[in-house]
Amino acid sequence: MTKMNMIKALNSALEVQLEKDKNVVIFGEDVGFFGGVFRVTDGLQKKFGEHRVFDSPLAEGGIAAIAMGMGLNGLRPVAEIQFADYIFPAYDQIVNEIAKVRHRSGGEFTAPLTFRTPAGGGIKGGHHHSQSPEAQFTHTPGLKVVYCSNPYNAKGLLTASIECNDPVIFFEPKRCYRGPFYGDPHNVPTWNDHPDAEVPEGHYIVPLEEARIVREGSACTVIAWGTMVHMCEQAIKDSGIDCELIDLQTLVPWDRDTVVNSIKKTGRCVIVHEAPKTSGFGAEMSASIQERCFYHLEAPITRVTGWDTPFPHTTEWDYIPSPARIAEAIKKTQEE
Amino acid sequence: MTERVTATTKPYTIGRPPFRPGEDADFGGKFSEQPGDLGRPDPATCSAQDTVAHASGLIRVLDDEGVASGQWNPQLDAETMIQGLEYMMRLRIFDDRMIKMQRTGKLSFYMRSFGEEAIAIAQTMALETQDWIFPSYRQPGAQFVRGRDMVSMICHCIGNTEDNVKGRQMPVHYTWKEGRFISISSPVGTQFSQAVGVAMASAYKGDDEVCISWLGDGTSAQGDYHYALNFASTFKPPVILNVVNNQWAISTHANLATGGRTFAERGLAYDIPSMRVDGNDFLALYSVTKWARERAAAGLGATHIEVYTYRAGGHSSSDDPSVYRPDDEFRYWPGGDPILRLKEHLIKAEMWNETRHTALAQKIDDEVMASYKAACEFGDLASGPYPPASTIFTEVYETVPWHVQEQREELGK
Repeated sequence: MTKMNMIKALNSALEVQLEKDKNVVIFGEDVGFFGGVFRVTDGLQKKFGEHRVFDSPLAEGGIAAIAMGMGLNGLRPVAEIQFADYIFPAYDQIVNEIAKVRHRSGGEFTAPLTFRTPAGGGIKGGHHHSQSPEAQFTHTPGLKVVYCSNPYNAKGLLTASIECNDPVIFFEPKRCYRGPFYGDPHNVPTWNDHPDAEVPEGHYIVPLEEARIVREGSACTVIAWGTMVHMCEQAIKDSGIDCELIDLQTLVPWDRDTVVNSIKKTGRCVIVHEAPKTSGFGAEMSASIQERCFYHLEAPITRVTGWDTPFPHTTEWDYIPSPARIAEAIKKTQEE
Repeated sequence: MTERVTATTKPYTIGRPPFRPGEDADFGGKFSEQPGDLGRPDPATCSAQDTVAHASGLIRVLDDEGVASGQWNPQLDAETMIQGLEYMMRLRIFDDRMIKMQRTGKLSFYMRSFGEEAIAIAQTMALETQDWIFPSYRQPGAQFVRGRDMVSMICHCIGNTEDNVKGRQMPVHYTWKEGRFISISSPVGTQFSQAVGVAMASAYKGDDEVCISWLGDGTSAQGDYHYALNFASTFKPPVILNVVNNQWAISTHANLATGGRTFAERGLAYDIPSMRVDGNDFLALYSVTKWARERAAAGLGATHIEVYTYRAGGHSSSDDPSVYRPDDEFRYWPGGDPILRLKEHLIKAEMWNETRHTALAQKIDDEVMASYKAACEFGDLASGPYPPASTIFTEVYETVPWHVQEQREELGK
């Protein structure tokens, strides 16, 4: 075990894959010589050569299509989209091509590939460096959608994603690259003292489709992913209510048994995400939980989310679900 | 053009920048292209075919000694050139002050136009005030030409209560309707094809308007660049499409952005007259843009321009270029410094002198400092006041729908 922040953990996952499988190639904007704007691919080009880790032209649509082509022909590309906000030029390739090729070719062709992309707010990034577009991909059959939250699951989930034979959209909460975030921008800890920063140096996976129970509890189930996992931990502490916190980790396909069993136990549920509320993945979770757990529910399922507006710059702390807002929602579930 | 550097080793070619940190930056001295090399075709009859040499060569007016010559010399009067010099000095001094503010935590982020000051300024000066500006993030200088108040620009960069975009965008993402300066957007290149649409609307309405847009060498890999060229080629609206080839897209050199020849030459394949111009030569930029506007206004369609320059600074305040290129590389750029080149020309022509230059720099510096202080009266980054949280919910739609209103009430601000 080694102490790693999320950047180092992701870098380690990539390094292990490059060593293990010669078909793994990494490319994207600034990922080669420079090592990525967030340094996730730092040192990999030097170690593995410029044909395996390289800078691409600035064209996300091109990056997606080239990755698909490589995947079709036996490689296992891991492409970086520099910010999740910039994935949309690639949307057609991802939604219409990459997600559907297995199905539409009768299973004859597949394109195993992983798109890594930093997502979420809290870095004063304004509209276009802050969004969490996971729901735009959970709505597309054929894609697996993963959202890590700490160094340990970042490495394990990325490893599982690269080894997965389906295409994976892998979101990295950029606010948590260097430390967990509990909602106070003036007091940001590093990963140093966090138990989930103990990361094995070698190969391991955190299985896709498995959620993680961060904290066991009996009064309310709180479901979150990415940065919101840490915000919820803080909110639960502040609320003083004995909540069960689930880090969903994989959004598609999500871990039905862990979620359903928890809600059957607590009878209450709060779902938290940064993305806007309308058609957010919380809506899907809420509907599915209602279908499966209706007779166990003691209170309405509540969502705490980003607002149905573009992500702001100056006022971002009024946009991101705060521990206070989450705690308020938790308390409300106890009133019914 | 300079020879492309590539590593043609198996299995596929990986482009390389000319120099990496620790190497000597040597661009081979001065440009081989000289003023007078290329003629100025008649804008009324010029076809793409007539610009083959212009697309592979380099249009210059100022030579290495600061002397202006050739058919492209716009013969500007002293007043216009001094005005251009002042705008460029203003932009550099403004940028230097803003980056210092960013370094001391008074701005969250900043992007300088260092080394590229001539581009937006000369090109906007060559246009008419009714013409539309669709910039990327390194053309804020156009706003000085159109007369935007510096206090208003700084208020935007701080994101305080006087920010006209209400703290919604990152610094440098200016919007200024009065100056026909469209809101800058972080996703690169999107403005390029929009500009063609704006020009089509002007043509449809019969308005005497031209639209100008810029994107970078790196961004020219995006589909939007190619959409713009193809629509412009097809519909021939009044638009000027510039690729600012400043060699660097964050850490990615232009040699990794294209395996082709010059960026300008791409326009020829779309049958658009295409020019390659020294981007640090104020007079050449002015002249080529004037020529392009003449064509556009005469209903002859688009002009495609490669502005050949060098990004002397980092991509942004978040970037450290010394990691991927020699720190002093910009000192060896054959195009030199656009401000010094115009200054030298003016001094040689006895229109300007060092005393006036120093006095002007001091005057601008004072003005920038005074503007910064005035802007902070409306709120600074550390302590505000900021735009109210209610601005999150307004102007998402024309009127606030019930579900957004409900969320605003939930926030309670």
